[in-house]
Amino acid sequence: MMANPVTHSDVLIIGGGLMGSSAAFFLRQTHGLSVTLIESDLVGRQASGTNFGNVRRQGRPIHQLHLANRSLEIWRKANELLGADVEYLQSGHIRVCYRERPENIAKMEEYAADARQNGLDLEILTGNALRDRFPFFGTDVLAGSYSALDGHANPRLAAPAFARAAQKLGAQVFENTRIGHVTKVGTDFIATAKDGRVFKAPVLLITAGAWAGELSAQFGEPVKLTARSPTMSVTEPVPYAIAPAVGVMTPLEVETVYFRQVARGNIVLGGSCRGPAVAESYRSFVKPQNTLTQLQQLRRLAPALARLNIIRVWTGIEGYMDDSLPVMGPSATTSGLFYAFGFSGSGFQIGPGVGQTMAELIATGATGIDLSPYRVERVKAAG
Amino acid sequence: MGQPRVIIVGAGPAGVRAAETIVAAGLTPIVIDEGQRAGGQIYRRQPENFRRPYKDLYGTDSDRAKAVHDGFDALRDHIDYRAETLVWNIADGHVWTASGTAQDALAYDALILCTGATDRLMPMAGWDLPGTYSMGGAQVALKAQAVSIGSQVVFLGTGPLLYLVASQYIKAGAKVAAVLDTSRFTARITALPDLLSLPSVLWNGIMLTRAIKAVGVPLLTGVTPVAISGDAQTGVTGVTVRLSDGSDRHFAADAVAMGYHLRPETQLADLARCSFAFDELTRQYLPVRDPDGRAEAPTPLYLAGDGARVLGARSAEASGRLAALAALSDLGMPVDQGAMIMLRREVGRYGRFARGLAKAFPWPHQQAAALADDTILCRCECVTVGDVRRTMDVTGAAEANRAKAFSRVGMGRCQGRYCGHAAAEVIAAHGDFPVADAGRLRGQAPVKPLPIAIGEAE
Repeated sequence: MMANPVTHSDVLIIGGGLMGSSAAFFLRQTHGLSVTLIESDLVGRQASGTNFGNVRRQGRPIHQLHLANRSLEIWRKANELLGADVEYLQSGHIRVCYRERPENIAKMEEYAADARQNGLDLEILTGNALRDRFPFFGTDVLAGSYSALDGHANPRLAAPAFARAAQKLGAQVFENTRIGHVTKVGTDFIATAKDGRVFKAPVLLITAGAWAGELSAQFGEPVKLTARSPTMSVTEPVPYAIAPAVGVMTPLEVETVYFRQVARGNIVLGGSCRGPAVAESYRSFVKPQNTLTQLQQLRRLAPALARLNIIRVWTGIEGYMDDSLPVMGPSATTSGLFYAFGFSGSGFQIGPGVGQTMAELIATGATGIDLSPYRVERVKAAG
Repeated sequence: MGQPRVIIVGAGPAGVRAAETIVAAGLTPIVIDEGQRAGGQIYRRQPENFRRPYKDLYGTDSDRAKAVHDGFDALRDHIDYRAETLVWNIADGHVWTASGTAQDALAYDALILCTGATDRLMPMAGWDLPGTYSMGGAQVALKAQAVSIGSQVVFLGTGPLLYLVASQYIKAGAKVAAVLDTSRFTARITALPDLLSLPSVLWNGIMLTRAIKAVGVPLLTGVTPVAISGDAQTGVTGVTVRLSDGSDRHFAADAVAMGYHLRPETQLADLARCSFAFDELTRQYLPVRDPDGRAEAPTPLYLAGDGARVLGARSAEASGRLAALAALSDLGMPVDQGAMIMLRREVGRYGRFARGLAKAFPWPHQQAAALADDTILCRCECVTVGDVRRTMDVTGAAEANRAKAFSRVGMGRCQGRYCGHAAAEVIAAHGDFPVADAGRLRGQAPVKPLPIAIGEAE
């Protein structure tokens, strides 16, 4: 009987979403390490490929802006870096608040002041200044915070483009490879696929999104991840007229609708509601009521869009942490083990920056990005 | 507990007979139909103010058409009929409907889908020019609105509808430039044993062919489509095909009706999470159901008519009745077992005939490999055959949904209903693997465009 084939490399990455794919790319491109990237399904098919595509810094915790700025630099040169068009459009991002919560203007101004200290310039617009520039907003909209250097990109294309670029640089990529058992023996991590193939490396990076918990648990670090599925829709194409990606600042989840128009003309919608999901099933479905609620919220935000039709809805499976912050950094139990998962529906913009940061941390032992808010210990302590 | 709620989607021959059967059992089904008037497509009713006689509209099937229409009219007071209503999604035992901007969610104890079929299309150069219609579309123009799609029309494709629609145009006085069939005449000989299972239907088909020839319209078999010529502003100017001897022949025309037999409208079955299996003979994925129409799905789902498998209108009436009886039986109500046995036999006979049709008028899948790179494949998204091939080369995508994600093929407002089969063939040919491995585009709601204003009035 033939022994199961064994693949060796410097770094083994489990999880071929945007985080894992971009980490694989930078480990090759910047640091020259040998990399194996394993994906249980197809690269970028779940959260990384089905999200809204916001390349948005504003609204993130202030402590995350350094990472977001780093990521923005990568987005801006992504096409040449990857040799593929990821449809990145630096067309601005505006976050608005509604009239019934005027206190949000002060919050926007406070956030803008802090953001300015951290490399993100925001312009607060109210009244005619807002309406002259963005005439599509409904009468409920009171004010907006505009970021000229944010924008959007195509999530269906981004993670696969990173994985292909990594592959061109010599990374090995295995799709449809489900890892069952993973352990560390001596200096090597040994990951065994359900079909018996074995992958060995002295460094292991787990970027498995909603599926990461069962892997981290095997190293004594169980993490509570909740699988959820976003509510996404897209309209038929109409003449390109809306440059910025648009979102709502509100404490109510149901009001958090957002939209963007792609260069082709379709308007992509997201937000308002998330559906339940079961990670093991690899397939999630949009709840019809969530679509209706989202459309209702959209009519309030931008009434003129009510004349359009949606032609498709979709969703994927995202991994949420209770505090909405990812787990990112080294394991507390096992040397050579690193995590980057649990991005809680907010990982797309920072994805390439996460990949670059994790590659740097793995290859050099340090990174300029402060990862203390994302330590895995916080979750264990809380659990 | 009230009486069990049976929902029927579609009011063509299958839906009408299913509704009749449910009403006969003492229940009040909800019948949801996209059309303004019941009748479906093949027995499509003309608008209220039109007065053409049945014989003109439905030819040899006029008695059947009238019987279906009369059957429905007799049911009107015994059903909850929702016309001009789209089922845009199905989830958790409810159908979600849209009628204009009004919406509803209806729970069901049994759901009978009678969603019918649309044309199966293979792209060709110029098929995106104005003046190109699907065969079914050409028939609707004539049947519903009494208009021809052009002043000089080429009918191109294969299948019984090719001959039926061409002869209906001739009869209505339209000028038919040519009837061009991609299937070889010899295929009909091979299929004869199966086709003889319904001699009268076969005879009707032969008579149609004769009628076309009798008026001097060129009727060619075994042709290979080359191009529809014309320009984007003024539309179609003609059609060129290659004959079996290798020569090209051009027919001047200002409109083309094309179609390669039919494909079931399976998106609702898909949204209801029915299983699908590949059918080798017709080279497509079809919903899995038992001979009575019971689908393999998580809720009580039944499939009847051409929406399950293209067996024609007569079979649709029988399979509609049969699926309704299966639903009643599963609801614990008494049903006539003898009637079910008879209906199963009848549907079986139509199944054999349909196999014959599939052999006589095969889906010309081999055309996909020969399509030029600049041929539009997905008309909604303007994706060319070359775009899909390049996407496969660059990304390694080797399956329909992956190719869709990377190239947008099948991503537009028709959701791949018209290009999905051809895309699968292009993918399989370029990747050099069986078309079954190219998979099928997964259904996504809404089945047809849904207004953002939905629910606004509430």
